[in-house]
Amino acid sequence: MELAKLTLKQAYQGLKSRKFSSRQLTEAVFARVRTCEPKIDAYLLLTEKVASEQAEKADELLGVRQTLSPLTGVPAAIKDIIVTKGIRTTAASRILEDFIPPYSATVFEKLEKAGVVMVGKTNLDEFACGASTENSAYKVTKNPWDLSRVPGGSSGGSAAAVAADMAIYALGSDTGGSIRQPASFCGVVGLKPTYGRVSRYGLIAMASSLDQIGPITKTVEDAAVVLNQIAGYDPHDSTSVNKEVPDYTSFLKTEIKGLKIGVPKEFFGEGVAAEVAEAVKKAIKKLEDLGAKLIEISLPRTKEAIAVYYLIMPSEVSANLARYDGIRFGGSRDKFGSEIKRRIMLGTYALSSGYYDAYYLKAAKVRTLLYQEFQEAFKKVDVIVGPTSPVLPFKIGERTEDPLQMYLADILTVPVNLAGLPGMSIPCGLANNLPVGLQITADHWQEGKIFNVAYAYEQNFPFTEKPKL
Amino acid sequence: MKRKITLTEVEHVASLANLPLTPSEIKKFTEQLSEVIEYNMTLLQKVKTEKVEPTAHVTGATNVLRPDEAEPGLTTSEALQNTKEKYNEFFKVKAIFDQD
Repeated sequence: MELAKLTLKQAYQGLKSRKFSSRQLTEAVFARVRTCEPKIDAYLLLTEKVASEQAEKADELLGVRQTLSPLTGVPAAIKDIIVTKGIRTTAASRILEDFIPPYSATVFEKLEKAGVVMVGKTNLDEFACGASTENSAYKVTKNPWDLSRVPGGSSGGSAAAVAADMAIYALGSDTGGSIRQPASFCGVVGLKPTYGRVSRYGLIAMASSLDQIGPITKTVEDAAVVLNQIAGYDPHDSTSVNKEVPDYTSFLKTEIKGLKIGVPKEFFGEGVAAEVAEAVKKAIKKLEDLGAKLIEISLPRTKEAIAVYYLIMPSEVSANLARYDGIRFGGSRDKFGSEIKRRIMLGTYALSSGYYDAYYLKAAKVRTLLYQEFQEAFKKVDVIVGPTSPVLPFKIGERTEDPLQMYLADILTVPVNLAGLPGMSIPCGLANNLPVGLQITADHWQEGKIFNVAYAYEQNFPFTEKPKL
Repeated sequence: MKRKITLTEVEHVASLANLPLTPSEIKKFTEQLSEVIEYNMTLLQKVKTEKVEPTAHVTGATNVLRPDEAEPGLTTSEALQNTKEKYNEFFKVKAIFDQD
């Protein structure tokens, strides 16, 4: 048995029944890292010493048949934009190259209490700004399915680590698709929860009204198990919502008979590659075969979503990144990479006197219309499905000189963030030997419906392919 | 919006954003900002938004307050641990007033 290849659930069962120890599992994952990391470059920092201490603690508990949660003793990767007390956190930026956080993010504290073993901090686009992980100031992560291609972004390190079995699961963050799109590109499961479901305290802020932390996992069930641990109200984040957290594993049912699935025609329009559309349409047909009712819907405002996003997001980025003044922490502002500078400039321009009404405010109003359109749609359907990314994983370097082309990679994921909805990407097949992701979106707080549909699909039509490494 | 963004405007925005940019960056961003803004506004101007309220965030939460009670926070040394320049137990900043 290759321990590093286990799912979270399998790993936990093995630990609990003492087939192997957390130390053995952790060593297996680090052995895998030593083989694959030179090819993939998923990590900015490996925390082997921390991991072995955490594994030892987990083994003490497991030795007396105790656990703290279904995560106890299982090795995980953390996106390097989630602050970890005493452990360097860079947001993949030179400006934070020597930043040692004096506190931990709420999600990380929750994972620690749940018995996590941290493998390391994963690569990302600088301050999570990008769709390919090429904007990292440190390294370019490669897609495990094809090392000449990008893993997606911005959580590309987390998705590549999970896909290459260099972590059993990972945390990412999603502002305009940064969990779902790399999950799609790497053939793994990625969930962006409802805005307010998971605390953002200690998530280095990119665009505060859009950012949300979520799991990247090998299976749908694993995503439910992780969400159970990280969800919930946090007094430290006044945008987290005080709402009961259900047991998300209770929604994992293989039946979807009669469920109403909306298929927006705009999600298969211009810009969506034929091979992606074909693979996703096949997957949707399979959902129909399982007894779901397909309903064609129209979301005309999603056409403008990318324009709304590329005004609102940079505006919030410019405000959030104003804190990097080189006084309290971090280096001087010339250390920002070029995409960060571009977004700060765009945002500052959109918010500046004389342009605020025409740009930011106009975008915020169209955002309202987009939000209302989704609300109308969810009166008719339980979930909305379509492709996660309009294209297959692209070649490294292919889009870096053309920001507009890079921005269009987010076209199908940003509407979900603008409306604050939950969305998941699950692998639904291969095209040209590259993974294709099916995106499932539901109304606010309806992660349960997403889990139901995703689990039913996965159990009936398992995606068993693995990258050859 | 067919209006092109000028070099002078970009320089002004860079100073508002406190971003030290090189002349070649200013030139590059002048082109790219124009391109992205034009793409965005061409789409958005077609949408009627009279009587539509703007959305800043989606949860609807307003004025989230907590009881005004002191809670433990960072120690002075923790708060100062990432600064490049300090003076005794303080952050050191540039003077904002002239000497005379």
